[in-house]
Amino acid sequence: MTDAKHTLVALVEDKPGVLNRIASLFRRRSFNIQSLAVGSSEHAGLSRMTIVAVGDSAQVEQVRKQLEKLINVVKVSDITEENMVTRELALIKVKATPSTRSEIMQIVSIFRANIVDVAPGSLTVEVTGDEDKVNSLFRLLGDFGVKELSRTGRIALTRGSGP
Amino acid sequence: MKKTGAQILCESLINEGVEVIWGILGGSVLPLYDTFPQYPQLRHILVRHEQGAAHAADGYARATHRAGVCVATSGPGATNLVTGIACAYMDSAPMVAITGQVARPFIGKDAFQEMDITGITIPITKHNYLVTDVAELARTVKEAFHIAQTGRPGPVLIDIPRDILQEQTDFVYPDKLDLAGYKVVSRGHPAQIKKAAKLINEAEQPVIIAGRGIIISQAYDELKEFAEKAELPVVHTLLGLGSFPGDHILDLGMMGMHGTGCANMAVQNADLLIAIGMRFDDRATANTSEFAPNARVIHIDIDPAEIGKNIPVDIPVVGDVRSVLIALNKEIERRGHVDWLSQIEQWKCDYPSLEIRQSDELVPQYVIQQIYEATQGNALVVTGVGQNQMFAARYFTYTKPNSLISAGGLGPMGFELPAAMGVKIGCPDDVVWCVAGDGGFQMTIQELATITQENIAVKIAIMNNGYLGMVRQWQELFYGRRYVDTKLWNPDFVKIAEAYDIPGVRVKRREEVVPAIQRAMESPGAFLIDFLVEPEENIYPIVPPGESLARFFEPSRTELFGERF
Repeated sequence: MTDAKHTLVALVEDKPGVLNRIASLFRRRSFNIQSLAVGSSEHAGLSRMTIVAVGDSAQVEQVRKQLEKLINVVKVSDITEENMVTRELALIKVKATPSTRSEIMQIVSIFRANIVDVAPGSLTVEVTGDEDKVNSLFRLLGDFGVKELSRTGRIALTRGSGP
Repeated sequence: MKKTGAQILCESLINEGVEVIWGILGGSVLPLYDTFPQYPQLRHILVRHEQGAAHAADGYARATHRAGVCVATSGPGATNLVTGIACAYMDSAPMVAITGQVARPFIGKDAFQEMDITGITIPITKHNYLVTDVAELARTVKEAFHIAQTGRPGPVLIDIPRDILQEQTDFVYPDKLDLAGYKVVSRGHPAQIKKAAKLINEAEQPVIIAGRGIIISQAYDELKEFAEKAELPVVHTLLGLGSFPGDHILDLGMMGMHGTGCANMAVQNADLLIAIGMRFDDRATANTSEFAPNARVIHIDIDPAEIGKNIPVDIPVVGDVRSVLIALNKEIERRGHVDWLSQIEQWKCDYPSLEIRQSDELVPQYVIQQIYEATQGNALVVTGVGQNQMFAARYFTYTKPNSLISAGGLGPMGFELPAAMGVKIGCPDDVVWCVAGDGGFQMTIQELATITQENIAVKIAIMNNGYLGMVRQWQELFYGRRYVDTKLWNPDFVKIAEAYDIPGVRVKRREEVVPAIQRAMESPGAFLIDFLVEPEENIYPIVPPGESLARFFEPSRTELFGERF
């Protein structure tokens, strides 16, 4: 079987130590997390966690089932094969001089990104989209010199009205 | 009326039907111990090391099917429990471990005897709690027992800061639980059961692999009906011994690295494996890529994460073993497997795995066999880890349900003595034999004091070969007989026993074995026999590490008995 990127979405109890239990399980089963994003869900007391992990389907299924066994984990789905909406937010601080500033702003505008901070030697760009979009913008801005990059990691929901 | 956290804990334990607690006190749990005299229905047994408390609680749990309870103080008390908790986790034994913690204001300050035991035990508990509010204590205890005892059982740890034990609140024991993230599937899916039955009805060379899940589910009668109805031969994992009568015509004994030749050949040549309540541990399967190459696999287990974990499965049935077998017994046809069983009989003749070699020396196989003869199988056998464990697994015939208590997954030497205490306290009317190695015995030897103080009548049989025997066997077979650091200088175990006020006897010769066992059985309390066995006796068959289950080797009959065979 071949390794592929899997998107797992977990509904977990918002309690101390839950993140530790989940991270511990990934480590314990020798499974790498590429990104992990967590925040509140529509249910009070429950958080939704989006985990991107690389592995073959059998490995990912094993980890999904192990996650399901955690008492604080209410539900875990591997939505990789499903029609889903994925987004990531990135903040990119890029070097900018009077001569490059307008070119950077053009690129930012093409990507429908925003400039959220302007300083004498730099611009900070906020971009939202799927990973490809964030990667492309990061590559283009790389020509000007990226000073700092911060990415949230993927969050995901399945499309359609069903949960 | 308001009650202290300590009182709430005691009353919650009583609500859960707890009768026995194993532990050692210390600063953080003093408020709890100070409260014990108010609750005489809780029997606290003072052990000599917290590892002993955890193993004893584990032994008690395995023998009674109820959660064993152990208590330790914060810091080193809690960390000493770790081996015992891990052991219960690996073997799915229900346990509630209660640890004291430093008072809340000291948490995170590296206070004296502060240790992050919830952090430490995340990977070895089914769940754990740090109680931060006395109002949460009763609910936490209720949840802990529910989680420990249902589904696939396991240990749950509750860490309680000292000030919570002293704080007061109203006590109400909850009657309902709300665990959104904890679901137990009990009944197998009917469609899966139908598919499984179809495969069973069609199989020509089927084999049941009986695991500990049958014992946990107490599905002894259902398994017997299942095996007999479709004439299915039964092999066992180590922990599955005692799930099906060892003297039954369909029983082939233990499979695996030290399984019988017949059991391993049956598994490797099967066209259908019906794996029940087992997890395809590497000691059972040997090399998985060559495991049972022609077999389709039905896997019945309550834990969905076990399905497909180590071995690809054709028909998974997730559910409680007993309820699945009840359903399956209605679906399968009554039939026989004459050719397959005669092939199996042939393997039984071909491989002398259960024969005991002729020797003037005292061999451990003979000792175990004589314990079986003396008890007629009507005993509970608790083993250590290593050769003694394998000899006990193979040469005692487990005819009584749940009569082998052994640490399979973690394999902690020193399990035997404290676990035997737990088994005896849990089943006071049963004869309990503790089969120890001379190495492992010295890892928890201090529990002899507990045995005497609490008058726990266990019969201790030390298979004393003067070596860390299993490791020595590996050195002999796989490391050119270089015995690096496996030779043991041992104390005089009979004198040690005497010092602990336990009668004992040393046995050096074959003819002394039976009288010594008789003396132990007639002795009203604990008794120790130091069997000086042949130092370099090996457990055979053995599947060398990395090899397929079919590639076991063992001495031939000629080697065992000389030329006349």
